[in-house]
Amino acid sequence: MSERLESLLRGAFPDAREVAVVDRTGGGDHFQVTVVSPRFQGLSLVDQHRLVYDALAEPLEDGTIHELRITTRGER
Amino acid sequence: MSDNNVHQKIKETIETEPVVLFMKGTPQQVMCGNSERALQALRSVGAPITTVDVLPDPEIRQELSALSNWPTIPQVFVKGELIGGADIVQELAASGELEQKLESALGGEYRTSGEERVVEVGEPRNPFGSVFTR
Repeated sequence: MSERLESLLRGAFPDAREVAVVDRTGGGDHFQVTVVSPRFQGLSLVDQHRLVYDALAEPLEDGTIHELRITTRGER
Repeated sequence: MSDNNVHQKIKETIETEPVVLFMKGTPQQVMCGNSERALQALRSVGAPITTVDVLPDPEIRQELSALSNWPTIPQVFVKGELIGGADIVQELAASGELEQKLESALGGEYRTSGEERVVEVGEPRNPFGSVFTR
């Protein structure tokens, strides 16, 4: 499952310097994702996280992701 | 009709309460770790917190997410503006930005002695329902 999320994030942020997905509990439904991308520069944290939610809309909607923690940074 | 009502009450709460936390459960009985993280972050800066429990009625969550364009719970609003979910609020509290944000939005004297209130936005439930319903 982590691989699926990572590939969705890589697809949404092709220029990301870092994409990391951690399965927090090992159960495949509680995740910590980290994305470092220039795309976030100049955006509020709310808008940065919205982009991540958009990228993961499918696993969020189908209930695959039960809990999601997000860390974003806008770096080149 | 009920949709409209819930929508209206959510909107009203966001617009009139200085700091609103939409959460799972209440401050007395938090039902989710993320809601707990957001609550603790707000408490750490002495925010006057108005909470809304989204659990009693699934419509609350649907209407809220449609309104805020934010898919998850918790959600924190300051003066009508979405500040973020648990991660952002925690991050802002740690960096000192949450305090600054509250000061500029609510004034330097915003700190309360831990004032927390709970409001309901779902359809009112009859508190005597279980007693009088056969």
